[in-house]
Amino acid sequence: MTLIDEVAAWLSDPAHWTGPDGMLPRLFEHLELSGFCMALAIVIALPIGLWIGHTGRGAALAIRAANIGQALPTLGVIGIVWPLTANIEPYGFDLIPSVVALTALAIPPIVTNTFAGLRQVDPEAIEAGRGMGMRELQLLRLVEVPLALPSILAGLRISAVQVVATATLAAVLGAGGLGRLIIDGIAQQDDAQLFVGALLVAVLAIATELGFAALQRVAASPGLRARPARESAADA
Amino acid sequence: MPPGEPLFRPDWVVDNLDVIGQRLGEHVGMTATAVIVGFLISFALALLIRRRRTLTTAVIGTAGILYAIPSLALFAFLIPFTGISFVTAEIALVSYTLLILVRNILLGLDSVPAEVLEAADGMGYTARQRLWRVELPIALPIVVAGLRIATVTTVGLVSVTALIGQGGLGYLIVVVGINGFFPTATYVGALLSVALAVAADALLLGAQSRLTPWSRARSATT
Repeated sequence: MTLIDEVAAWLSDPAHWTGPDGMLPRLFEHLELSGFCMALAIVIALPIGLWIGHTGRGAALAIRAANIGQALPTLGVIGIVWPLTANIEPYGFDLIPSVVALTALAIPPIVTNTFAGLRQVDPEAIEAGRGMGMRELQLLRLVEVPLALPSILAGLRISAVQVVATATLAAVLGAGGLGRLIIDGIAQQDDAQLFVGALLVAVLAIATELGFAALQRVAASPGLRARPARESAADA
Repeated sequence: MPPGEPLFRPDWVVDNLDVIGQRLGEHVGMTATAVIVGFLISFALALLIRRRRTLTTAVIGTAGILYAIPSLALFAFLIPFTGISFVTAEIALVSYTLLILVRNILLGLDSVPAEVLEAADGMGYTARQRLWRVELPIALPIVVAGLRIATVTTVGLVSVTALIGQGGLGYLIVVVGINGFFPTATYVGALLSVALAVAADALLLGAQSRLTPWSRARSATT
């Protein structure tokens, strides 16, 4: 039986779709975990990035911390957190280590891109805002954030793609998600399950990338959209 | 976790130094294999792209897609063909180095000023001599920057190969530690893999500064 036949046979079993260990519950768990970690990372990282970008203070420190954070292997972080939280009921064993590792993974790109986006804002635009009598928070909300939005969204995109891809590893500790299909597939020597799991994760990662790229285009301020060269510079 | 199991047992580390050393050696070997093979392939691809610029999109695009596939998924795609094996692990690890390395080798070679190339041509260098004696030395800092990113990334990814029966230090983290409910092994594996990434990065940076003495002299005078 070729791999294609095996996959077709595996897919023809409805239990593999909607059963408790089926693809759809696993996909939902995967999205839930990724979404939760992204939300947590945004709540932590966005204010830090905005503050550093607006005031210009602490930039060197934040960039150094972000570089170190990006060098930490996710499996290592999971391994370091797990013994500390394993006995905390009910989520300490399987979920908390993954949430910590994925959130830590998502924070650095959001901080650095938000900060870099704000730094790129034309000082004359800020000056004009001040001249119009805007206060610091108004300046941030009405001038700096709209102009930095493409870069901020680029940071979110990088984080989201990494989180969706890496959430696969949560299954190592027995949490759910699409990684379950892969790890169970390896354990049960079930190539079809393995292959479907891998395909779903890969498609989800690419869909996240394309989805955020589309969001970036839609959300760009009309003033920026008229100047595509600027937009792509901020994108980098 | 068994009740009463401490977070860290120094006596286990002392008693198992040989096992730890063996896994560390395996980790270094898997990383080095992936980065060296990845570099050779990337170098060939970069030279090919310089001959035919129309290939840029195809090569970088393919490498980009490979890079975007999550690591566990890439291992999983390969298992039906190459089994749960060292080869499967290395194919995936090499694939991840390609995007970074091809891009940086190209960036490095393209950063050589046109006057320098002209001067080399004027001195009668053949294309091959010009590449090895002029272009590569000037490109070296950017190439090494790529090698550093590729190496640090690979050190992290090797641990994931523990899920397909390989893994180096990842074996200590996942199989001995997490599956065996034994935190000591998890800590040893995780901390050593971070230390290995930092050490490899410093080693490459040191090698670069030795190989490009002129850049050291310049940064010392300015």
